[in-house]
Amino acid sequence: MVTFQFVPYHDVEQLTSAKRINKLLNIVKDDRIVIMEGRLKKEEEADLIEITMEEISSKFKGIELSVVYPDKKNQDTMQRMKGAFANILLGDRQGLTIIGPASIVKKIEQNPNKIELFTKDVSRRKLTMVPRKKR
Amino acid sequence: MVSTFFRNLLKRLNINPFGRKTHIKLGLYGPPNGGKSTLANKICLDWLGEEMNSSVSHVAHETREIKIKEQVNIKNKKGKELTFSLVDTPGIATKIDYEDFLRKGMNKVDAKKRAKEATKGVIDAIKWLDQMDSVVVVLDATKDPYSQVNITIVGNLQARNIPVLIAANKTDLKKSKMDVIKAAFPQYEVVGISAKYGKNLDLFYEQLFKLAK
Repeated sequence: MVTFQFVPYHDVEQLTSAKRINKLLNIVKDDRIVIMEGRLKKEEEADLIEITMEEISSKFKGIELSVVYPDKKNQDTMQRMKGAFANILLGDRQGLTIIGPASIVKKIEQNPNKIELFTKDVSRRKLTMVPRKKR
Repeated sequence: MVSTFFRNLLKRLNINPFGRKTHIKLGLYGPPNGGKSTLANKICLDWLGEEMNSSVSHVAHETREIKIKEQVNIKNKKGKELTFSLVDTPGIATKIDYEDFLRKGMNKVDAKKRAKEATKGVIDAIKWLDQMDSVVVVLDATKDPYSQVNITIVGNLQARNIPVLIAANKTDLKKSKMDVIKAAFPQYEVVGISAKYGKNLDLFYEQLFKLAK
């Protein structure tokens, strides 16, 4: 069985970078796959890799990480303005961050249209997430 | 008077905003097995007449510590010179499993040791990011470039305002897909090379001059 844990943006919004990373990593070390609303800062992503490396042991093999973020090149000016305004008011909660334990998640493949998460235990098992089409 | 004050201040701080850096730290970054050490060896062989002594292997995480070659001096066709310290870094990964090394034929003790050294290597590579003046991200052109590790490396370099050149390596292989690498990083110059066979390295060296501007 694969367990996902959703982490809403407001759960990590007020945390310092270190606490935010630790919170996410603790969930992953509990063999759960994190789906976080929003994304980490670039520097936090590097810190996440660094801390993951520090924690690697015979039980914890590391993480699989994927960040889905709206492609701003395909947005018109109005959409970009809306996004920027929402960021100022609510924080940058656009996108999704998926972090899974490497012992469970074999790989996460991402292309512009879908995310495929391959698990290790059951061969050829994959979970696919496809973004909703614009109306 | 004001301009004299600022000129003196910059001089005192050893800053010359109009001068071109002649000696830079050039880092080779990327995921494991992209060919960073092969490229480092080739650069040193071409310009210093000797390899960097970075060992290469088909088993991932062969380079597990930072290697530096000082005073690498390259020249272009116009006679311009560029001197840099070449920094070969361990491949950045989000997971390291010693059992992967067991499957490559290593014994348990060696595999565990390699895994431990590899984790330290990744940490060091990330810590060294701040010290780089320019970076060549070396990617295996036969592999999917949209991995989060690649995106995180490039994103962090961008956040630090470090100039980036993408070297799409292993273009001698039929499976290599230059167009996919270019599409993944449209904001950067991408040069296709084969570090192993020295293919297209003239263009690569020419791009290094642009990178160091």
